[in-house]
Amino acid sequence: MSARPSPFALASFALLASAALFPVLTPNPYYLGVMALAFVGALSALGLNLVAGYAGQLNLAHAGFVAIGAYTVGILTVDHGVPFWIAFALAGVVSAAAGAAVGLVSLRLRGDTFAIFTLCVGFILYLGIEKWDGLTRGVVGLMDIPAPPGIGPVSFATDRGQYYLALGVLAVGVWLMRRITASLVGRSFLAIRNGEALAQALGLNPMRTKLTAFVISTFYAGIAGALYAGQVRFLGPDIARETRTFDALIFAVVGGMGTLLGPVVGAVGMSWAIQALQGLQDYRMVVFGPLLVLCIMFFPAGIVGALEARFARRRAALAEKRLAEAAPVPGAAPRGSHA
Amino acid sequence: MRAAARGRDVLFFQQVLNGLTIGCVYALVALGLTLVYGILRIPNFAHGALYTVGAYAAFALIGRLGANFWLALAGAAAVSAGLAVLSERLVFARLRAAPPLHDMIAAIALLLFFEAGVQAVFGAGFFRIAPLFPQILRFAGLTAPAQRILIVGAAFALMAGLHLFLDRTWTGATIVASAQNRTGAALVGIDADRVSMLTFAISGALAAVAAVLFAPIALLSPAMGELVITKAFVIIILGGMGSVAGAIAGGLVIGFAESFGAFYVSTDFKDIIAFGLLTLILSVRPQGLFGRIAR
Repeated sequence: MSARPSPFALASFALLASAALFPVLTPNPYYLGVMALAFVGALSALGLNLVAGYAGQLNLAHAGFVAIGAYTVGILTVDHGVPFWIAFALAGVVSAAAGAAVGLVSLRLRGDTFAIFTLCVGFILYLGIEKWDGLTRGVVGLMDIPAPPGIGPVSFATDRGQYYLALGVLAVGVWLMRRITASLVGRSFLAIRNGEALAQALGLNPMRTKLTAFVISTFYAGIAGALYAGQVRFLGPDIARETRTFDALIFAVVGGMGTLLGPVVGAVGMSWAIQALQGLQDYRMVVFGPLLVLCIMFFPAGIVGALEARFARRRAALAEKRLAEAAPVPGAAPRGSHA
Repeated sequence: MRAAARGRDVLFFQQVLNGLTIGCVYALVALGLTLVYGILRIPNFAHGALYTVGAYAAFALIGRLGANFWLALAGAAAVSAGLAVLSERLVFARLRAAPPLHDMIAAIALLLFFEAGVQAVFGAGFFRIAPLFPQILRFAGLTAPAQRILIVGAAFALMAGLHLFLDRTWTGATIVASAQNRTGAALVGIDADRVSMLTFAISGALAAVAAVLFAPIALLSPAMGELVITKAFVIIILGGMGSVAGAIAGGLVIGFAESFGAFYVSTDFKDIIAFGLLTLILSVRPQGLFGRIAR
C-alpha cells in the first residue's frame, strides 16, 4: 500500500480539528456543555460498541458500569478525600474489575440469555445504588463532587476546560480503540461475533475472547462515568438505569455498530437531535423509538457503516479501472480483476 | 401463646395469598413471552410495554368511556393484541433474516416507543383502576381481598384454557409445531405468518389481562411494565425458554420468593430477589434449571 493516510485517519483528523475549533466558533457555554456531555456519551457508546458491535454480545448492564465509575469518583473524592485524578484512574479499574466478575458468570450464556442476564445485572446495580444509602446516599444523590483540578497550566474548571478535557479523553479513547480493533485481538472479537463455533474450531478460546472485550468495554464505561462525575458533579441512581444503556445503544446503532467512529458520530449527532427536540423532553422516544426501528431495518450499518461501504465500493471500482488500464486484455471478464 | 401462633398463621396465609397473586401475574406475562420466544427466538423486550399499554387502555375505557371492568378488560386485551400483531407484521417479520442482535435492538426500540407513547398521552403521573370487588372476604378467621381471589381464579382459568388450546386444538398444535421447528412446520403446510400473528396476539392479550387484573392493587405508571417484564425474563430463563409449564411454575416460584422475602427479609430489597436468584442459579448452572439454555 502507499504511504497515503488511511481514510480513518483523515476522518478522525477532520473530526478532531473541527471539534477543537468548536469553542472558538461558539463561546456559548450551553453548547459547550451539550458537546462535552455528548463526548462522555460517545466514550460510553464506544465501550458498548466493542462488546456489542464487535464481539456481538449485547450487554444491557452497560449504564451500571458507567455508574460504578461515576460513583467511584464521587464516593472517593467526597467521602474519602482522595485526589480527583487518582479516583479518576481508579474508576476505570473498579469498573473493569466489576466487569470481569460479571463477565465470568454471564459470558458462559448464549447471546439472548446473556442479554437478559445483563439486563438483570443492570437492575441489581441500579437498585443497589438506590437502596444502599450508607455508601451512595441513595435517592438523595451524591453532591458537591469536586471539578477536575488543573494539570500544570491547564485548568478544567471552566466550561471550555471541561470541553477540552472530555474531547482529549475521547480522542485517546478512539485512538486506543483503533489500536485494539486493528490488532489480532480485535479480529478475534469479530470472529466470535460472526460465528462462535467456527471461531472455536479455528483455535480461539471464546470465553477468553469475549471476556477481554467485556472487560475493555467496562473500562471505557468506568472512565466515561468518571468524566461524567467531574462534569455534572452530582450523581443520582438514575444514571444506572437501563434507559441510559439504551441511549448508548442508540448512539452506536445510528452511528454504526461495529465501526470505530460510529458511536462518536452517533453520540454527537443524536445529542444535537435531542437538543432540537427539547420540547419533547421525556417523550423524545416517541420520535427516536421508530427512528431506531427504521434504522435497524433499513440502515443497519448506520451512518459510518454506510459511508465505509460506499467508500469501499468506490475504491474497488477505482482499483478495477486501474487494473484494466494497466493490462488491457481484450475480452477478459471484469470479474477476473477481483482476485 | 395460642394467640401469637394464630397471628403468625394469619400473617403466613397473607404472604401465601400475596405470593400467589403476584405469581399469577408474572406467570401470565411470562406465558406470552415464552410463546413469542418460540416464534422470534429472541426475548421480546417490547412485551413489557404491551402490559403497560393494556393497563392504560383499560383505564381510558373505564375513565373516559365509562365501560365496566369486564368490557375494559376485553378492550385492553384487544388493544395489546393488536399492537403485538402490528409489531410482528411491521417489524419482526421483516427482520427474520437479520442477525438476532438486530431483533433485540428493534424490540428495545419498540419498548421505548410504547412507553414514551403512553407517557405522552397520559402523562407521567400515577393512576389507579378501582377494584371490581372491593370487599374483603372472611373465612375461618382469615381475610382476603376479593380482588386477589379474582386474580388467582382468572389466571388459573386462563392458564388452563391456554393449555387446552395448545394441547387439544389444531390451531394450538400449529403454534407448538412452529415453535419446535419453523421450517418443518411450513413444510407440512402450516401457514407460518398466520401462526406468528396468532401467537403475538395471544401474548399481547395475556399481558394486558395480567395488567388489568393487577392494576387495582398496583398503580398505573408509564414504567409499570419494567420490573414485571424483567422478572418475566427471569422466569422464562429459569423455567426453560419456550416451556409453558416452566413459565407457570417459574412465575409462582418468583411470586412466593418475593412475598416471603419482602416479609421475612426486607421490603427494600424485594425487587432484587428475582434477579439475585437468577444470578445465583446461572452462576452455578449456566444451562439453567432445566438444562435448555446451552443449546
